[in-house]
Amino acid sequence: MTPVQQTSPAVPATAAGTPAARGRALTKVYGRGDTRVTALDAVDVDFRHGEFTAIMGPSGSGKSTLMHCMAGLDSLTSGSAWIGDTELSALDDRGLTRLRRDRIGFVFQAFNLLPTLTALENITLPMDIAGRTPDAAWLDSVVDAVGLRSRLGHRPAELSGGQQQRVACARALAGRPQVVFADEPTGNLDSRSGASVLSFLRTSVREMGQTVVMVTHDPAAASYADRVLFLADGRIVDEMAAPTAERVLDRMKAFDAAGRIVEVG
Amino acid sequence: MRRATLRSLLAHKLRLALSAVAIVLGVAFVAGTMIFTDTLDRTFTDLFESTASDVAVTPEGGAEGIDGPAGTLSVPGTLVGQVRAVDGVAAAEGYVQAQGVYLLTPAGEVLDTGGAPGIGISWTSAPGLDTGELTAGRAPERAGEVALDSGSAEEAGYAVGDRVTLLTPGPRVEATVVGVFTFGEDGGLAGASLTAFDVATAQQLTGVGDGFSGIQVAAAEDVSHDELADRVVAAVGDGYTVQTAQQQADEQSAALEEGLSFITVLLTAFAVIALFVGSFIILNTFSMLVAQRTRELALLRALGAGRGQVTRSVLLEAVVLGVVGATVGLAGGFGIATGLRALFGTFGLTLDGDLVLSADTVVWSYAVGVLVTVLAAWVPARRAARTPPVAAMRDDHVAVERSLRRRTAFGVALVAVAAGALAGSVAAGDSGHAPALVGVGGLALVLGAVALSPVLARPVVRVLGAPLPRLAGTAGRLARDNAQRNPRRTAATASALMVGLTLVTGFGVLGASANASVDALVDDTVRADYVVSTAVGQPFTPEVADRLRQLPEVDAVLQQRFTQVRVDGQSTFAAAVDATTLDRGLALEYVAGGSDGLAGRGLLVDETTAAERGWEVGDTVAAESAGGQPTELTVGGVYAANQAVGSMVLSLDTDAALGGPALDRYVYVVLADGTDAAAARAALETVVDAYPVVGLKDRDEFAGEQKAQVDQVLLLINALLVLSVLIAVLGIVNTLAMSVLERTREIGLLRAVGMDRRQLRRTVRLEAVLISVYGAVLGLGLGLVLGVGLTRALADQGITELVVPGGQLAGFLVLGALIGVVAAVWPARRAARLQVLDAIATA
Ligand SMILES: Nc1ncnc2c1ncn2[C@@H]1O[C@H](COP(=O)(O)OP(=O)(O)OP(=O)(O)O)[C@@H](O)[C@H]1O
Ligand SMILES: [Mg+2]
Repeated sequence: MTPVQQTSPAVPATAAGTPAARGRALTKVYGRGDTRVTALDAVDVDFRHGEFTAIMGPSGSGKSTLMHCMAGLDSLTSGSAWIGDTELSALDDRGLTRLRRDRIGFVFQAFNLLPTLTALENITLPMDIAGRTPDAAWLDSVVDAVGLRSRLGHRPAELSGGQQQRVACARALAGRPQVVFADEPTGNLDSRSGASVLSFLRTSVREMGQTVVMVTHDPAAASYADRVLFLADGRIVDEMAAPTAERVLDRMKAFDAAGRIVEVG
Repeated sequence: MRRATLRSLLAHKLRLALSAVAIVLGVAFVAGTMIFTDTLDRTFTDLFESTASDVAVTPEGGAEGIDGPAGTLSVPGTLVGQVRAVDGVAAAEGYVQAQGVYLLTPAGEVLDTGGAPGIGISWTSAPGLDTGELTAGRAPERAGEVALDSGSAEEAGYAVGDRVTLLTPGPRVEATVVGVFTFGEDGGLAGASLTAFDVATAQQLTGVGDGFSGIQVAAAEDVSHDELADRVVAAVGDGYTVQTAQQQADEQSAALEEGLSFITVLLTAFAVIALFVGSFIILNTFSMLVAQRTRELALLRALGAGRGQVTRSVLLEAVVLGVVGATVGLAGGFGIATGLRALFGTFGLTLDGDLVLSADTVVWSYAVGVLVTVLAAWVPARRAARTPPVAAMRDDHVAVERSLRRRTAFGVALVAVAAGALAGSVAAGDSGHAPALVGVGGLALVLGAVALSPVLARPVVRVLGAPLPRLAGTAGRLARDNAQRNPRRTAATASALMVGLTLVTGFGVLGASANASVDALVDDTVRADYVVSTAVGQPFTPEVADRLRQLPEVDAVLQQRFTQVRVDGQSTFAAAVDATTLDRGLALEYVAGGSDGLAGRGLLVDETTAAERGWEVGDTVAAESAGGQPTELTVGGVYAANQAVGSMVLSLDTDAALGGPALDRYVYVVLADGTDAAAARAALETVVDAYPVVGLKDRDEFAGEQKAQVDQVLLLINALLVLSVLIAVLGIVNTLAMSVLERTREIGLLRAVGMDRRQLRRTVRLEAVLISVYGAVLGLGLGLVLGVGLTRALADQGITELVVPGGQLAGFLVLGALIGVVAAVWPARRAARLQVLDAIATA
């Protein structure tokens, strides 16, 4: 199957049309010689404002690598990534740190919270580091949206896995970042806790105008998104708008049938 | 299982290195102290054993070794003949030995002995009684000839045939060097200089008349030393001490040990502290090592390893580390011993020859290294074995916090014991038990504090860290939280610094109090304008006083000597002074009678002695000394205890009648009214400058000189303590580095959500500062209690004032904070260097 390039290449950015984040010819190569792995192979990608994008693909296809490179956690071998109109390769460590702190939100699969801080302190951590006072009204609405008002004084060890992930989501959103990146945020959760985290992310997109990029293996989770990007061998191989769990599953079975997907999960 | 253990050891090279450092430090300190103590011991033991004669006869109460007040007692010349006549005596010779004989360098300056005595001796060359071994020239045979010990000859640059000038308690002496000799096996004199004269000259110079300091006896082949000693006792009768070679060496060693006991006690204390502190670091390190490996160990358990196997695997790791650490530590011990030798060298205690490595040292080093490591690993190993296999599956295994209740109870009990002992020491007054009680109390207090430290860590750190969030934002808050996170670890890390600072503070208080007491003593007791004395209170010629007395600027001169007499059957030290000028030079506070009570054969005693012996003014007591006539003394006055004169005061006349040598220790000078101060000083100096061993001091300078001695001792103690503080620093570095490793994921997370490297470094640094300040605060508190207790306990030793050196203590607190900053440098840099992604990926 030929890789499908659905994103419009190099459209001049207009005020309304500037993507929240975009990547051009993103290439990431690990190791050299025998152990050389091309984790990303000239990927072009746009993440539009107010859109919820899911990234799917087999294990080792480069999903995490793509997110890390877009979020300034990892450096590219070649190509360029932008957050808004800031090019990441132009920033030094301090610039990248600032960018992550002020303009990006993160949710990892696990270990998102500092054990010594309470839930509320974890939520406001990036702003505390920056020395900024959080916007109280916004913080309130975020806390209400994750439904953790009664748990704000608890430490992570006193929260369930689902609650911890919701606290992590609240932290990612509390600073009104330009983009939220979430790498398998529901990977460790049962379906009910997962659903509450996902609906929270979708709400933040629909009602608060957030931009969210999420990696997942779960077709049901992908169905919460506005569109799904499919990755294989470091390339974007397909894209689906308005996904439903069945369509995503079918699409992935098609990959399987084509022998492109060896294992999932 | 064994393979898994060794693999795991190698897989964590950094952790391995950090835990090994802890062991190396602990062992190096213990080994270094032991090597140095052995070297010290060897130097003196060799000296004594190789120089003692088969049997020696000395005046009773006078055999005090080379450091004693030689020359104050003597045996009559006629006694030599009596001893020679004893059956079994191969040879017997009288000898003379006296302090205060100094060699001048070609430049005309006193040869620097670094505070060790300059000793004059008579040369004896009867078979078996050689004074020393001549390495060049011959023995001195007549007036105007001397032999020098090889060390002094070399240092001053003299050889056989040179003309030399010597300062003696009597007049200056010009002589020709006819020989150079070594004394003892290594020629080691621990810095002292020896000048040998012929017997007649020595007798004349040291003022023993035709008597001797003692008689050396060589035994015939067919008689044992003990047997011969018994026969000699029978021949000479009472009033003399007769000792075999063994007894002499033992006694001299004992006397020396007493003289050096302060150093030995100090060194042993440091070895114990080092061990203590080292064990803490090792325990800390192993606890963390095991905690970090919980998942790995749990995985082994899940795969079917039994509890015993897991425990053994951790213990095996400890043994391997212990052996490696002890070996490196032993080598490090040589470094420390070399450092100590250099340090003591700067204080005049020169130790020649190689460092001594005894079997004891090796055994202890390995015992400490391996046993302490294994013990330290035992607790965490047991805990590790108890980790449920399921911990392997769980993402973040939270170590269960064990209750501190047992520790609290134990700590409180120890503190109660300490309080009891300290209270007892105050109650004990001057019964002599006070210092021991303070020692017990201090030890119990420190141990109690160590036990309670984890309990105190949370509340105290919370208070100390309260301003941090405001001052340093998130970095401050995280630092405070991290320092409170594991109170046991915080406490163990801080305890090294705590113990060190407890001692520094305690001695600081004692030293400041001692100095203040010197000031008070000089202020209250010395009325004279100037004092003339040698730097260490050694005897010098009365010519100085005679010449000063003749100056028109001088109104009164008070000579002071020290003498040993038997009064009413008990041998004691007494001061001998000019009866007529006593009150001009010194202010004694009389309870009964006064200085006129010295007239005739008068005796003044201090209150305590008067009470002890039941003496009152007007009582007569018997006094005798081996050198002179027995005399009746009349108690003529009682004074309040005074450090300047001690417990009894005689007149110079009485002292002379009792056979005391005519040598002054202190000369007090009172200027005539209305003399110009500068001119008077210049006049005094022209006299004093002619005697290089003595110096002229005004009251402030005199006090300063006494205080300099206190300061020197303090400096020595503090130099040693620097080492323990160094260990404390490395302990903090170690703990922090481990903490950073342990928190790799947290650090990654912080970096991911926007904490920059500088903020991260600051977080680690502030945590270190909090921990070290916590240790410093505890140390200062304990040190204060200990210092005050010690000062109180030593009140009757002349430390009458109690001073808390506030500025110095504040300095220690700042030092504590600085130690934290320094200790954090490397761990903080490591934390900041972590790559964000690697950190997040670390399981
Ligand atoms: N630090 C690294 N060093 C070497 N190779 C790496 C590194 N990180 C990732 N890779 C390789 O890059 C490829 C992409 O990895 P990536 O983590 O992006 O996959 P993924 O799609 O997130 O997989 P999964 O679904 O299992 O999380 C893989 O082949 C992986 O082995
Ligand atoms: Mg991944």
